[in-house]
Amino acid sequence: MNETVKNTLLFAVVGGLILLTGVMQSWNAALLILNMGLVSAVMAIGVNLQWGFAGLFNIGVMGFVALGGLAAVLVSMPPTPEAWSAGGGGIILGLLLGAGTVIAAVVLHKRMRPGPGRALALLAVVVIGFFVFRAVLDPSVDAVEKVDPAITGYLGGLGLPVILSWPIGGLLAAGAAWLIGKTALGLRSDYLAIATLGIAEIIIAVLKNEDWLSRGVKNVVGIPRPLPFEIDLQNDPAFVERAAGFGLDPVTASTLYVKLGYAALFLIVLVVLMWMAQKALHSPWGRMMRAIRDNEVAAEAMGKDVTRRHLQVFVLGSAICGIAGAMMTTMDGQLTPGTYQPLRFTFLVWVMVIVGGSGNNFGAVLGAMLIWFLWVQVEPMGIFLLEVLTSGMSDGGLKSHLLESAAHMRLFTMGLVLILVLRFSPRGLIPEK
Amino acid sequence: MDFLNAIVALSNYVLIPAMSYGSQLALGALGVTLIYGILRFSNFAHGDTMAFGAMVTILATWWMQSMGIGLGPLPTALLALPFGILGCIALVLITDRMVYRFYREQKAKPVILVIVSMGVMFMMNGLVRFIIGPNDQNFNDGARFIISARDFRTMTGLDEGLAIKTSQGLTVITAVGVVALLFWFLNRTRTGKSMRAYSDNEDLALLSGINPERVVMYTWLIVAALATVAGVLYGLDKSFKPFTYFQLLLPIFASAIVGGLGNPLGAIAGGFIIAFSEVTITYAWKKIAIYLLPERFEPDSLVQLLSTDYKLAVSFVILLIVLLFRPTGIFRGKSL
Repeated sequence: MNETVKNTLLFAVVGGLILLTGVMQSWNAALLILNMGLVSAVMAIGVNLQWGFAGLFNIGVMGFVALGGLAAVLVSMPPTPEAWSAGGGGIILGLLLGAGTVIAAVVLHKRMRPGPGRALALLAVVVIGFFVFRAVLDPSVDAVEKVDPAITGYLGGLGLPVILSWPIGGLLAAGAAWLIGKTALGLRSDYLAIATLGIAEIIIAVLKNEDWLSRGVKNVVGIPRPLPFEIDLQNDPAFVERAAGFGLDPVTASTLYVKLGYAALFLIVLVVLMWMAQKALHSPWGRMMRAIRDNEVAAEAMGKDVTRRHLQVFVLGSAICGIAGAMMTTMDGQLTPGTYQPLRFTFLVWVMVIVGGSGNNFGAVLGAMLIWFLWVQVEPMGIFLLEVLTSGMSDGGLKSHLLESAAHMRLFTMGLVLILVLRFSPRGLIPEK
Repeated sequence: MDFLNAIVALSNYVLIPAMSYGSQLALGALGVTLIYGILRFSNFAHGDTMAFGAMVTILATWWMQSMGIGLGPLPTALLALPFGILGCIALVLITDRMVYRFYREQKAKPVILVIVSMGVMFMMNGLVRFIIGPNDQNFNDGARFIISARDFRTMTGLDEGLAIKTSQGLTVITAVGVVALLFWFLNRTRTGKSMRAYSDNEDLALLSGINPERVVMYTWLIVAALATVAGVLYGLDKSFKPFTYFQLLLPIFASAIVGGLGNPLGAIAGGFIIAFSEVTITYAWKKIAIYLLPERFEPDSLVQLLSTDYKLAVSFVILLIVLLFRPTGIFRGKSL
């Protein structure tokens, strides 16, 4: 059995699993798995670019995904004119002042001679800058958040088509990645890991607390969609007629239609990114990346600027995660900062890449689809398993406790899968060539 | 009088909470730093190791409470602590045997071990949630305060009260005891010296006949004990919730790195630096300012530099500053 046949078979198995879900459970459930699987595949391509190509250990995927989600809000939601007139200018000015303080500190650090004088000047700039920033920002934030807090209470977005937020989400994530990469790349790999873990938590904290930006934990709901609403389809006689032609009732048909629409959009993005990633992998640039990954010292001796190349690939990979985040928020139609969990958005993507085969784009996509399928299905399977196991037990505290805890089986299972793959098949399902 | 009141308020809201939080961070960071020094990787499962040890202790506490065993004014958890430590030791030794040893023999790159520890973190996290559930668990009993705010006010006649929770007092005392014991062990005993030798220069240690597996085993024993103590103290002081232990990972790593990874003294200093910065930066200083400043200058706002929701940002910024200006940490850990 040659490699192509094996890989095709692996993809066919995952496709078969999803089809089986459609037959056994419902086609809506199957399409839901497919859609999130596609989004996860985009994230996995991003992480694979960083880890598989360049050996960079980024565990802040969640933060970049959340920035993509923020982009969906900022691009597509209608602006809130009252909020803008109440404090929009103040907030923009405050943010500019904040950025100016940081830039001034960096310039000062570069220009002045090291010594106590520089330390004092730096401290003065940072402290004064911080208080000016807060003094300008705080009143405006209060004013904005007072504007009809039950419905808006934030500045709103630009009111542009939501699809635009996908590239913009990528840009936003790329910007954040550039800042982090500038500071933490070039240090040891664990430090990059800690730094990215931290920035992801901070991005989530900002999204949760800065109500003027995206309503915080009050969530932004009703993000415009690139596809028609189900209810409109159901009221459209032409659609109902066509659905009847397939032998479907209008409600099921409309939900399936919308989900298939998302699947098609996501597939386009995935194919484009996949094509680009494959081109990159087989270009001189990709070979250089792998050379740097395998032996930094040798690559440096050949005149390659390791830190710059790392920064480049770190920004690119994070941007792809941002695109995936914007796609996900678009599909959900809402931004809910409370649901961003590192275990779900960072570590799960890592499991996907490693199980699929780090360094191989097809592996990453396969791993994403497979692991996402497991993530969704392990819970019902775990409950079923425990029901079988406990069926002989008498009803009591232990039995109900076991059944209640079944939901936590998935974390355990994912950890187990990761460790088993790393131990027995460290190159993954579709190994790097 | 105002000045005294200001000092009391400062101790009550800043110094005492920061002391106990700092002790908890220091104990956690010591575990991370020891693993880094001996096994040479950053153990991402440390937060969940703490959660596991604390969980076993909680289960033992509940059992003791149901049997009517208690320590009077002190929390029963202290009696249950040895069970927690034993449980945690069993867990980490099994993990080491089944997971880490393979990579040690292969001399795998540290980053592979970090990813493996991520998998272990997943499993431990799942295990803890599976056994005790994801919710808050309260297991603190005994007297709540060593000295309560009201007693302090009647005692001294000041307007401000000073409250010291039993858990805070216990945290600091236990931490001092544990750290003293650890340093005595590392500096005075044969095993401790062999651990330091192994951490310092692996080849030389192997040449002089130190058994690496023994060193590794002792390291895990100590780390399990430290993690359990830290986890239980944190749980007594705040509350036990599996997810918060995962979130402790960032401040703990920040403490270990700020102090210098691989350096035990640095871990302690780092823990207190992080804790004091977090508390002072997120505390609303209005009350103290009112006591100290003349009436005309009294602030209208809370005088809070950052809202408490950004605690994590504080440890992160300190971490970044240290990484940028002194990547080996304040106490020059073994890195790079």
